[in-house]
Amino acid sequence: MNIFDIIGPIMVGPSSSHTAGAVKIGQMVRALLDAQPKQAEIWLHGSFAETGKGHGTELALVAGLLGMGPDDMRIPHSMKHAEEAGMEVVIDRMNIADAHPNTALIRVCDKDGDELEVQACSIGGGRIQVNKIDGLRVNCSGEVPTLIIRNSDRPGMVAEVTAALARHNINIAQMMLFRNKKGEDAVMVVETDQKIPSQEIAAIHDQDGILRVTYIGQEDE
Amino acid sequence: MSWESLNEIEIYCKENGCEFWQAILTGDVRENETTEEASRKKMAAAWEAMLSASEDYNPENFSASGLVGDDGEKMRAHAESGRGLLGGFAGEVMTEALKMGECNACMKRIVAAPTAGACGVLPSVLIPLSRRGVSEGDILNAMYVAAGIGQVIAERAYIAGASGGCQAEIGTAAAMTAGALVYIKGGSTDMIVNSVAMALKNMMGLVCDPVAGLVEVPCVKRNVAGAMTALSSADMALAGITSRIPADEVIDAMKEVGDKMHPDFKETARGGVANTKTGIRLKEEILGVKM
Repeated sequence: MNIFDIIGPIMVGPSSSHTAGAVKIGQMVRALLDAQPKQAEIWLHGSFAETGKGHGTELALVAGLLGMGPDDMRIPHSMKHAEEAGMEVVIDRMNIADAHPNTALIRVCDKDGDELEVQACSIGGGRIQVNKIDGLRVNCSGEVPTLIIRNSDRPGMVAEVTAALARHNINIAQMMLFRNKKGEDAVMVVETDQKIPSQEIAAIHDQDGILRVTYIGQEDE
Repeated sequence: MSWESLNEIEIYCKENGCEFWQAILTGDVRENETTEEASRKKMAAAWEAMLSASEDYNPENFSASGLVGDDGEKMRAHAESGRGLLGGFAGEVMTEALKMGECNACMKRIVAAPTAGACGVLPSVLIPLSRRGVSEGDILNAMYVAAGIGQVIAERAYIAGASGGCQAEIGTAAAMTAGALVYIKGGSTDMIVNSVAMALKNMMGLVCDPVAGLVEVPCVKRNVAGAMTALSSADMALAGITSRIPADEVIDAMKEVGDKMHPDFKETARGGVANTKTGIRLKEEILGVKM
């Protein structure tokens, strides 16, 4: 483990899983929507539902949706900031089958009406995992540079994306493909060793059959 | 490189004629492909955050549950009255440990060390020492010592209450802090390692039993227990007292105890003080549900 995971993270308390991890889930949803949500419906499952209030989990999720990081001192007042930002928030509980105890299901839409539904969990020490995007099962943590691509489920899509990455000498560390039904929408999660330049992301986005491209880049120190 | 044993660090120090903290700093520079300057800057940011958390403490702020908030202030008043049993320095340490634990419970910004629940132990000794003139350079060096100790424990065992009980959180924090103290007091690498062994042994078996699952009761006060264990273990090591069981073996023993620990005692809030009559009543009141 990195020494700054031992002395650190610098975070707003009280819990790395229920607070810092919840902020990261919110940030991830915001990144996937690629916009400030105008509306957010949040459902809490398991321990998030049971002890979320005492851990500030709801405040933390909303803070993340607003773009705050786990060390942002405004987290305890995130509801007020959401109101000021014109973000409508509804929070409820839901029992989700086969989900990690620290799971949130979040449905957001932006000002243009673009919608997104994400199920994610906080697995401890502030680390998170995205489990579902728009009902499609995925698996990514956002800890390394990650491309999340929604595409039509037809031949050649993977080849186009990997060829584009190869052209820029970007090595793929891990790649996962997900779909619900043959021929419908699919999701590609590509984790890479190098950061991906924005023009390359745009180039992938312009290809036929690519519906949405999200890049979870690693922050520069 | 991530250190796999304290013995490995000791050997490295001997072979390279360097101090414990230098080994950890060098390790970070190599592992994260960074520079000493950038690494120290990050450590300084953590130290700054500890100091500002202590300053941010306000005894009028209570946690959302209302269970914790003003104990740090009570301790400060008691220590400053001169009626404390342990004297000035230890009184300040107890005060800082409570303040930091309460800041965490009140959603203020803290530094997890190694976890948020155990965030009070290390700063509780560093802050009073810095008030007594220990330089920032030495404080940062001590934080590298602490980080290296925590890294080895995380590698050989664990640092999360959900994995190994409170011994893994407060116990690890106490071991990290004992080593940091020995360094600041001029102790040898061998003494640092002995202090780790003694602190961990004295915390072994501690269960994680948070009332209502919140990082409040008994967590805040356990930060005091961890800090006191760190002080006594450091003093024993500085006196030349050694642990008959080598530190790495003690860490492995802590893991064995954690592995055999019942899940009710690993942050699930189903055992220990969380499962007492009053613990259950508090849970019902806080969560608004009937158990």
